Amino acid sequence: MTNFPFLSVLTLLPLVGAGVVACIPRTRAQVAKVVALVWSLLVLGLSVFMWIAYETGSTDRFQFHESYTWIPSWNANFTFAADGIALVMLMLIAVLFPVVILASWHDVDQSTRSAPAYFALLLAFEFTMIGVFAAADIFLFYVFFEIMLIPMYFIIGSFGSGQKQYAAVKFFLYSLVGGLFMLASVIGLWVLGGHTFDFTELVKGTAQIDQNTARWLFLGFFVAFAIKAPFFPFHTWLPDSGGAAPAGAAALLVGVMDKVGTFGILRYCLSLFPEASRWFAPTAMVLAVIGILYAALLAVGQNDLKRLVSYTSIAHFGFIGIGIFAFTTQAGTGAVLYMVNHGLATGLLFIVVGMFVARRGSALVSDFGGAGKLVPVLAGVLFFAGLASLALPGTAPFVSEFLVLIGTFSTNKGFAVVATLGIVLAAAYVLWMIQRTVQGTLNPALTEVPAMSKDITLREKVVVAPLIALLLVFGFYPKPITDVINPAVQFTLQDVGAKDPVPTVEAGGKVGG
Amino acid sequence: MEPLKLPPIDYGALLPMLILFGAACLGILLEVILPRRARNAAQLGLALLAVVAALVAVILERGTRTVTIGGAVAVDGPTLFLQGAILVLGGVSLLLIGERTIERGGAFVSQAAVTVGSQKDVQQAGGQPGATEVYPLTSFALGGMLLFVSANDLLTMFVALEVFSLPLYLLCALARRRRLLSQEAALKYFLLGSYASAFFLFGVAFIYGFSGGIQLDVVHEAVANPQRSSVLLYAGLGLLTIGLLFKAALAPFHVWTPDVYQGAPTPVTAFMAACTKVAAFGALLRVLYVAFEGVRWDFQPILGVIAVLTMFVGAVLAVTQTDLKRLLAYSSIANAGYLLVGVLALNEEGLSSTMFYLVAYGFSVLAAFAVISLVRDADGEATHLSRWAGIGRKSPLLAGVFTFILLAFAGIPVTSGFMSKFAVFGAAIEGGQTWLVIFGVITSMLLAFPYLRVVVLMWLSEPGETTPAVSIPGYLTSAVLGLGVLVTLALGVAPDPLLELTRDAAQFVR
Repeated sequence: MTNFPFLSVLTLLPLVGAGVVACIPRTRAQVAKVVALVWSLLVLGLSVFMWIAYETGSTDRFQFHESYTWIPSWNANFTFAADGIALVMLMLIAVLFPVVILASWHDVDQSTRSAPAYFALLLAFEFTMIGVFAAADIFLFYVFFEIMLIPMYFIIGSFGSGQKQYAAVKFFLYSLVGGLFMLASVIGLWVLGGHTFDFTELVKGTAQIDQNTARWLFLGFFVAFAIKAPFFPFHTWLPDSGGAAPAGAAALLVGVMDKVGTFGILRYCLSLFPEASRWFAPTAMVLAVIGILYAALLAVGQNDLKRLVSYTSIAHFGFIGIGIFAFTTQAGTGAVLYMVNHGLATGLLFIVVGMFVARRGSALVSDFGGAGKLVPVLAGVLFFAGLASLALPGTAPFVSEFLVLIGTFSTNKGFAVVATLGIVLAAAYVLWMIQRTVQGTLNPALTEVPAMSKDITLREKVVVAPLIALLLVFGFYPKPITDVINPAVQFTLQDVGAKDPVPTVEAGGKVGG
Repeated sequence: MEPLKLPPIDYGALLPMLILFGAACLGILLEVILPRRARNAAQLGLALLAVVAALVAVILERGTRTVTIGGAVAVDGPTLFLQGAILVLGGVSLLLIGERTIERGGAFVSQAAVTVGSQKDVQQAGGQPGATEVYPLTSFALGGMLLFVSANDLLTMFVALEVFSLPLYLLCALARRRRLLSQEAALKYFLLGSYASAFFLFGVAFIYGFSGGIQLDVVHEAVANPQRSSVLLYAGLGLLTIGLLFKAALAPFHVWTPDVYQGAPTPVTAFMAACTKVAAFGALLRVLYVAFEGVRWDFQPILGVIAVLTMFVGAVLAVTQTDLKRLLAYSSIANAGYLLVGVLALNEEGLSSTMFYLVAYGFSVLAAFAVISLVRDADGEATHLSRWAGIGRKSPLLAGVFTFILLAFAGIPVTSGFMSKFAVFGAAIEGGQTWLVIFGVITSMLLAFPYLRVVVLMWLSEPGETTPAVSIPGYLTSAVLGLGVLVTLALGVAPDPLLELTRDAAQFVR
């Protein structure tokens, strides 16, 4: 089974699905939805097989290695390989897409746009997402990194709400600017690193690049990833996009796509430019901590639910950022775990918010108030999603946030202490949002909206149930994930040349097994 | 007096040009012989046949590496590759030129000099059959371009420049709609083009004074061991380059481009954007790489500044345009800047990547102008940006094609535009011109905006009442669209065959 070309099949499968769904005429919307859902479940099934086939104890950094010649003139190949970090991200993608497709079931019903197009775009987006995490050739990675913009651009621009055109263009331009900086670095890396795009060879090849050049190349990559993540001060596109995108797509935007940024920093910035990473780490930590506090403060002040969730997401990315640049196994493992848990928690939060918005026809906090009296179960789910998002013990994000903070504390006490303030602010923005929307006295305007009297439907239960279950399971028993992540993080830290502070190795070892 | 001796002539190597010039002369003869009804089909057939025959001749000569007729023509890898590129792109342009179903009588009028607005003018714009002289003119232009990229001495190059420029001046004046703009475009192009030719010729004179010869290898020798004042060399090189930069539409010699691109009949604009670019850059490559390589350190920074200026002018002014043809004109200026980045790598990769870029860009730009020729209202093509709002709703296929081409111009992966940018930027870093790449990347960001604006307009805006109808393309235009998209996609997914070809061809003979 391990000889099965998992990654290439997994990458191509949703692309084929997108083609199939796009061919369904727009009058047969129901067929398109079912096909898209079944297709995404197929992808999930294959991913589960891949997860089982993955050997956790292996000493190889990469598994499922495949390589096919592409452009011999440039030595670019279709090379796929996954380490533990990529594997958990692929699993996250595979889980989130069917959930989002089911959550978006009625998103296009009211619009004049074509439903098959929407679901085809979602599957096309899944293709680019899987590709970007599965690629082990920098050229191929770059290609996926850029083309992922196109489906998301049309999803936001065509199917979004509010200032969707502005948001779509801003999203595209921001990402493209970052991508072009990266392009310059990719070309530079290729010329100086020995005319190869293969990740493993480049890790060896970059050692010869002189320090100054390597720092510039690092910055090219870092800017691209920092825009994608997004880190302060490159974050301004996310609230606009998250606010304008349909809720399901927004869940994918912050849940999966933004992870490309942090994944890219871990995989490419750290391993390819170890010296530059160490040189830049203090600056990155400062940016990350500013991001945590600044975005949390802005989230407190938001009146638009989707924008609020977007800001919370930026704050969470600050935590991932300090976890990455703390250079300890605990913090690194915590950061990767955070990437997964954040995808689940914020994805759930976005989807539930989407359910509220779909009922009320507005995303403004002030348009709600006491909604829990009308839709008690849905309000309960929102409450749970909020608690998971603020990393309540017992939910999965707590484990990751805790790992990040203790891992950071052992090397950078100051940053860890300041970042802890973010937890307090997180409680503020989540609880205040809950209080203003679902608790308190009932807003009389809500009773006039017939849809608001309809509590969670069966479809919606099916959507939220797996996410809630996963959040609880990983909150108590994260070992299956950390076992996969830990070796990959250690390989990365080896590349950086960072050593864990002596006493904490024991603790890190226990978590990782 | 010594009798003149005929130098040895390799007719095989000259065959492509001979075929085209012969076909052009034959075409003029056909104008006289054939009745008007039969002319269009016959002329189009003849021109296409000549292009195909010339292409076959180029392919048959693919192994030839020689300098013939007394050192006037060099047939080598770059020559053959660029000739092949010009012929293929020229053949596709001919399909656009031959389209007659979109508009009654085609995109051309028969008499360019009729006073605009007069009774006769209104009549001929109203649907009288168009000029069929366009085919021989195009053949002449193509023949001139083939000679231009193979010219091994500066006088031959000058003659070739005139041979391909004069038909283009005429072709520009023949647009069926907006006659005044068309005439203005032709006159402007002619006057400025003549100045540029004069500069070129003056430069040749200086170079002759410096080196005592006009053949590129003689100039190369003289540059290596200068016998005369280097003032002659630099003045000559400067003037010569100005002539070439004008044809390639590089800032600050680009000002004619938007007016001419807008005023000329769209098929001719497409022809110029694709083929003239190849010819101009082909000659520039040969002059710089073969004759003046010895002073590369002197011209590299100056031309580098010109490349940066061109990229910025093209990108910034493209942002401000409201007319699609002008927008594409500025985009082609910016692309000329990227091409110059490739040229200035001054290594084998620079040569091969520039040639790759020329082919990739040529096909995309042909498809882009083919799309423009289809969106029309009662007054002809509706090129104002605001008129394109919501086109994507009305005709998703056409808007999809145009979006794909615009993404290629913006350099998004899975299109040839990305691969060609990657190639030239890679070559430039290899050649130590990192600063050019940095400016190239910055301008690419700027340039993405106007393309994206068009995409937004087509897909995300609601169609207005004035959104024009999209004509059903005839089979000729459909073929151009299909080919353009196919090549843009193929080179974006599997560029290797063409990269190999350019790499094998990247060696000049001296």
